[in-house]
Amino acid sequence: MEKRVTFNQRWLPYLLVGPQMAVTLVFFFWPSGEAAWQSMLVEDAFGGNSKFVWFQNFAQLFQDSAYFDSARLTVVFSALVASLGLALALLLAVMADRVIRGASIYKTFLVWPYAVAPAVAGVLWGFLFNPSVGIVTYLLQEVGVTFNYVSNGNQALFLVIVASIWNQVSYNFLFFLAGLQSIPKSLIEAAAIDGAGPGRRFWDIVFPLLSPTGFFLLVVNVIYAFIGTFGVVSALTSGGPGNATNILVYKVWNDGFRGQDLGGSSAQSVILMAVMVLLTIVQFRFIERRVNY
Amino acid sequence: MVENRPWLTVLSHATVIVGVVIIAFPIWVTFVASTHDAATMMRSPLPLWPGSHMIENYKHILTEGYGEGLSRIPVIVTLTNSMVMALGVAIGKILISILASFAIVYFRFPLRMFFFWAIFVTLMLPVEVRIVPTYGVVASLGMLDSYPGLIIPLIASATATFLFRQFFLSVPDELTEAARVDGASPMRFFRDILLPMSRTSIAALFVIQFIYGWNQYLWPLLITTKESFYTIVMTVSREANVAESVPQWNLLMAMAMLAMLPPVLVVVFMQRLFVRGLVDTEK
Repeated sequence: MEKRVTFNQRWLPYLLVGPQMAVTLVFFFWPSGEAAWQSMLVEDAFGGNSKFVWFQNFAQLFQDSAYFDSARLTVVFSALVASLGLALALLLAVMADRVIRGASIYKTFLVWPYAVAPAVAGVLWGFLFNPSVGIVTYLLQEVGVTFNYVSNGNQALFLVIVASIWNQVSYNFLFFLAGLQSIPKSLIEAAAIDGAGPGRRFWDIVFPLLSPTGFFLLVVNVIYAFIGTFGVVSALTSGGPGNATNILVYKVWNDGFRGQDLGGSSAQSVILMAVMVLLTIVQFRFIERRVNY
Repeated sequence: MVENRPWLTVLSHATVIVGVVIIAFPIWVTFVASTHDAATMMRSPLPLWPGSHMIENYKHILTEGYGEGLSRIPVIVTLTNSMVMALGVAIGKILISILASFAIVYFRFPLRMFFFWAIFVTLMLPVEVRIVPTYGVVASLGMLDSYPGLIIPLIASATATFLFRQFFLSVPDELTEAARVDGASPMRFFRDILLPMSRTSIAALFVIQFIYGWNQYLWPLLITTKESFYTIVMTVSREANVAESVPQWNLLMAMAMLAMLPPVLVVVFMQRLFVRGLVDTEK
């Protein structure tokens, strides 16, 4: 889409895009280029010199079982966060959409977890499930379940997933609710007159009409699980115990800043960037399609 | 409602209420924890009803800070830092992107599409995936431990530019024509016509970006070493993870409450703008 009527000025437009471009160049292109460059360097063990090694860092990464473990973990984690988070939000949205009285109060109570920082969300859930004083840990103990996310890897992963879903549920809920409210009531009424019950109406009419929203949210949630959950992981488990919650985005940071393995960390950055680019392209492809729906 | 099915209505209410309770539970527990004294918070089971030490706890962290572990910095300072950062990010983003989209939509000039794509690409790579090199750049510019270092790297983002571009494209051409006939300069047109028309978009974007800036965690964690630049979100998480020490839960949770309060208030009281901002920025 283009404007028909424009202004004729020679220098003004450059002045206007200038600030945005300056920030983008300095804090985006420069670091990204640096990442690409450093991903092909190996630093001397004694510090100082670094050597250009082409794709050796990548080759090393692909032979590193820890990297594959982290990648596999990230896939499982993202799949669980996205699918459970969407299912829960859909359920709440469908129910909230049915409710007439009190709908806006419910909405207010459901939207605000979005405003809580992932790092703070991690702290809150860590407190609830704290091995010594956590209130949920206590309740679980009462029914005979020992919960210790500090030492048990699976429980740590479970908790990180729960906290991540909690943090994202309002976002999904709002989009599902908007999607539901844009479905014409006449369609539902027609189906009801034809004798379709609520369940049948949901699966045969509402669900297919909601699928564009659902697919859009799926991509957004996968991106969120890949990147946005950094704060949750960092605040709750720091990737541990062992590597039980060491997802890729946390590993990039951990290897780079704690491990001081700049080359390896940059190679991981480059791969993660490629994944992000791919996901974003999928997202945009899809959005274009939705416009012509 | 298409038909009246009382049991289904009851079920709907019940489901939503259960959802609301589960979602609100962590916040309730946090609030309760922030109103008891330290001794109560060391013994399991913890209380589920507020105690009488609320004012004392909040006063303590606001003026004296958490006291142990990494920082003794009063929370009033970290709150101020967070506020500066959130406002800086929100205003900075809006400012540079509204100007850039004005240029891209209303002018024809060489390299226009290059600029557009260069900005577009930034949409794909959040700061977390290029964190190490970005840190290097900021360090070599001498911007560690400074407000510009906290703010400026985060205002490079494409979402706002896209939003304004989308909005400008929907503004009728007749307005531009009229302005040109009247001999208005481009900047005059921008100031007197476009800006007033974009008010709602700007407000919606502001709400979203304020929350984004406030909730930043990794970036301030990396580039601040001086306590006087710490933000509240990072201090909460740092204090919770001090090795070899049991947190003072009552104070820590009071700090967490204060870390959540501003963005939550923004969402609750500007709900309409917030929802609009969310939907707009994702289009």
